[in-house]
Amino acid sequence: MQQTGGNTGCATSGSSGKASCGSGAGANDLPPEIWAKVKNHPCYSEEAHHHYARMHVAVAPACNIQCNYCNRKYDCANESRPGVVSEKLTPEQAAKKVLAVASAIPQMTVLGIAGPGDPLANPEKTFRTFELISKAAPDIKLCLSTNGLALPDHVDTIAKYKVDHVTITINMVDADIGRHIYPWIFWKHKRYTGREAAQLLTERQLLGLEMLTKRGILCKVNSVMIPGINDRHLVEVNRAVKSRGAFLHNIMPLISAPEHGTVFGLGGQRGPTAQELKALQDGCAGEMNMMRHCRQCRADAVGLLGEDRSAEFSTDKVMAMEVQYDADTRRAYQERIEGDRVALAAARQDELAALAGENSDIKVLVAVATKGSGLINEHFGHAKEFQVYELSASGAKFVGHRRVDLYCQGGYGEEDSLGTIVRAINDCHAVFVAKIGGCPKAELHQAGIDPVDRYAGEFIGKAAVQWFRRYLTRVRSGEIQHQARGDADIRQGAFIAA
Amino acid sequence: MPLKIIASQCTGCSACEPECPNVAIYEKGGVFFINPKKCTECIGHFDAPQCTAVCPVDNTCVLDKSLPRYQPAA
Repeated sequence: MQQTGGNTGCATSGSSGKASCGSGAGANDLPPEIWAKVKNHPCYSEEAHHHYARMHVAVAPACNIQCNYCNRKYDCANESRPGVVSEKLTPEQAAKKVLAVASAIPQMTVLGIAGPGDPLANPEKTFRTFELISKAAPDIKLCLSTNGLALPDHVDTIAKYKVDHVTITINMVDADIGRHIYPWIFWKHKRYTGREAAQLLTERQLLGLEMLTKRGILCKVNSVMIPGINDRHLVEVNRAVKSRGAFLHNIMPLISAPEHGTVFGLGGQRGPTAQELKALQDGCAGEMNMMRHCRQCRADAVGLLGEDRSAEFSTDKVMAMEVQYDADTRRAYQERIEGDRVALAAARQDELAALAGENSDIKVLVAVATKGSGLINEHFGHAKEFQVYELSASGAKFVGHRRVDLYCQGGYGEEDSLGTIVRAINDCHAVFVAKIGGCPKAELHQAGIDPVDRYAGEFIGKAAVQWFRRYLTRVRSGEIQHQARGDADIRQGAFIAA
Repeated sequence: MPLKIIASQCTGCSACEPECPNVAIYEKGGVFFINPKKCTECIGHFDAPQCTAVCPVDNTCVLDKSLPRYQPAA
């Protein structure tokens, strides 16, 4: 789980002098003041996302632009993707919900406002929420996610409320590409369309990014990868945002199922395959570190990334709760987490020591069933997602995750759930699980994926490296032949809570 | 002819409400309505009705053809 290659470590960007370390970077790779900001933010640190949780409050329903991958009419409680919520909240309801969640989930360290519209198209509600929460629970980090159109107007207020993580969705820096993504924007009392709209948007986004990074506010850039429209162009976007001091780039696959009713969904625009997404992320990784653990969550998500406990905290339930915010309990719990992380870091050293002397060009992907904490601790049959690690002579590197839950599959029935899993991890050589039944074991073998259950409860990186060394030994001895795997599906359907 | 919001299409996103220069828009039961007595079609304020321009659902903030066009005072 270390950073591989010299150029993806802690690089310093020329223009701003800011460190551009990304999601995979740890305590030893980052300047202390940056590490302090990201170490318990699950979205800004891949390492933190195994331990810490976030929540979004849906106080910002209005939006000021239209995107072809978004349809505000569609809303389903069992659906998880950006722009979707079950209920909207007032700032006062949101503040109570945050305290309720913080008490029930002591590892919840980050409160984000991500819509379901644009937080900065609802500035009063957004900043009132931040104000209430910063008073009631000052240890919670504040975060917002915006399309950037209104960003330059609000940078002072963002700084005032000490929001020190801002995500901007930037899908293009060229209006001729942008006009295929954004049908219109609403700015200064006027609707703009076509090239003009995209031009205004990109100028405002890049200006906002520069203004934020100048103030030392950490910025993540999200980009939606739309094959045939901006897939090649995102390398240029990556360069543009890096040169303006962005900390992290998160390239996400387009979600475009026809039943979502979006322009792209209805028009048959496809999303990328797992291989296409990884190739683009790898292509940008030399420029800047990439976020690969994004779950494209709901605007009212609650919990660790990859889980959603929002249903436990509906407005009715929260308003009926007696909430006592206990900062001491939270601190004690978080100290235990830090203990776990020390153990994980030690395991990482073992992992590297185990690989010392290996010099093979072979790289393989493996899938892992985990409930978190960096451990192989989930049963194959219970896994709603698999984490994917790339194993090479330089270690085990987290490169993504695959959803395999069984809801709203659009064509695949429950009887074919194993088929769905195989399609989702078809690019992997092995799958690490805490436990697996005989039947799926045999079928995975058949599909060319090695089901590995002998490392139950162990650290992912350490176990994967042990397995990988054995794999290399068997290849060298001629017992097996190293073969490339196929491509895999990225799930387009919903991600449910239960 | 003031504007009206077709309730079955309204997402309740509230984007229109603060844009209205006449404070004619209000929420009821999760969707938004326009008070026809206050609506001026944005004449005298903007080139185009603001609710229509900001609404995320096409053909949802539309002219109410059952009522006469707004006449600005001479």
